[in-house]
Amino acid sequence: MIGALDRGLRHVGHIVVDGVWKLGVASRFSWFVVIRSAQSIRRFQLVLNEIYFTGTLSLIIIIVSGLFVGLVLGLQGYETLKRYGSAEALGTLVALALVRELGPVVSALLFASRAGSAVTAKIGIMKATEQLSAMEMMAVDPFARVLSPIFWGGVISMPLLAAIFSAVGVFGGYLIGVVIIGVDSGAFWSQMQANVDLREDILNGLIKSVVFGVAVTLIALFEGYDAPPTAEGVSYAVTRTVVTSALAILALDFVLTSFMFTGV
Amino acid sequence: MSAEDLIELRGVQFSYDARAVLTGIDMAIPRGKVVAIMGLSGSGKTTILRLIGGQVKPDRGSITVEGRRIHDLSHRELYALRRRMGMLFQFGALFTDYSVFENVAFPLREHTQFPEPLIRDLVMMKLNAVGLRGAAQLRPEALSGGMARRVALARAIALDPMLIMYDEPFTGLDPISTGVIANLIRRLNDALGATSIVVTHDVEESFKIVDYIYFVSAGTIVAQGTPDSLSQSNEPFVRQFVLGQTDGPVPFHYPAQAYADDLGLGRGL
Repeated sequence: MIGALDRGLRHVGHIVVDGVWKLGVASRFSWFVVIRSAQSIRRFQLVLNEIYFTGTLSLIIIIVSGLFVGLVLGLQGYETLKRYGSAEALGTLVALALVRELGPVVSALLFASRAGSAVTAKIGIMKATEQLSAMEMMAVDPFARVLSPIFWGGVISMPLLAAIFSAVGVFGGYLIGVVIIGVDSGAFWSQMQANVDLREDILNGLIKSVVFGVAVTLIALFEGYDAPPTAEGVSYAVTRTVVTSALAILALDFVLTSFMFTGV
Repeated sequence: MSAEDLIELRGVQFSYDARAVLTGIDMAIPRGKVVAIMGLSGSGKTTILRLIGGQVKPDRGSITVEGRRIHDLSHRELYALRRRMGMLFQFGALFTDYSVFENVAFPLREHTQFPEPLIRDLVMMKLNAVGLRGAAQLRPEALSGGMARRVALARAIALDPMLIMYDEPFTGLDPISTGVIANLIRRLNDALGATSIVVTHDVEESFKIVDYIYFVSAGTIVAQGTPDSLSQSNEPFVRQFVLGQTDGPVPFHYPAQAYADDLGLGRGL
């Protein structure tokens, strides 16, 4: 009995110590990625390449998903608003839902699965095949040359993708609400214009997507860098990137939303 | 440390987590020579290269390159020193997203402001030195193991280093490629006026080209000397290693509990 309790406590202890240790390593890693950014600024072409890799190549999934989310919002929103006789507020509902919440969150989840997983696999394989070590031995700092440009590429891409997601989503809502169902076009746009606030809604959405971009890209980079140099190690790391990023996005979203919540 | 020694290791100890890898290494690498570090797989040979390159730090002891303690250097100083080192990794470690040409051009583009035509000429000269000028536009996945290693060698010598380190350069190569690489190691060392360290367990090829050999076993140096003196040696470990005998001081079995216990045969039987 005491033996089992002892083993159980040791096991919990190990998990906690390992967790804290890994958190420390990840924080140190993130710090290095950020402070070795000088080259990313000096050679901005490196960052542009990564914006293409993480951002441009994610465009299709972002646009298609944004459209469908907008279409569904249009249908569901109309259904609900009609009960209260305020179907012309559909534009406001679609825009606010997208700009404040769905745009940043859903595009970040998609970004984590499309670009985050790709970044982890790329870094994991570069490490497993000693490409990062080779770079170090050539006196080229992999943090400055590879990891930091990917970080900035992700941080810049994420808000742009979220903005595109929201814009396409609004268009989807317009298609359903105005073109198909027949909500008045003038009411749809003018209500949206009157009720969407630049600072309260759009800027807060933008802040969220930047924070998600930082979180997802750092998680993806760290998991790739920390992956054991085996096929299984890299595949687990990719899975961990997607799962950890999703949880981080949802948790951060709650924290950010509570700070931004004014109750007005 | 004598003035002729480029590298010196004194009392170096190193462990990965709790596992001791090196338990006390003393070694000197003279300038201009090709020195082999030989030993069994897992004996800590590659770790010695990683220590000299400053990729890991020793638990105890000191490693000096050109009289400077490598583990005391700042990040900037270490990178400045590495510009003058070249390293050939076991499987080449070529950048898989770049062509052969771009791989060899990489250190030149990173560390120099040379105009494009000059970079092109330098890359072609390095590729010509390893006999692969014609493969400049190929992708790494199109290369055989021996070719990949030669490209990696061209990349390692792109900046004309003072020190070239080779990690298991002969592993997995056919006899012709092995001979080609061995020949290149010697020729490039002499042509560049460099110093070379070859980590290997290939007795036949390395005895032909190196000037001096250190034998590493169980984290320490068990024998050293020129190829001729070691060929004549009566030291049991050296005899076993050089002749590839299964019987000798190196056991065939990894340490384990009693065989009978593993087979479930109790002591009473």
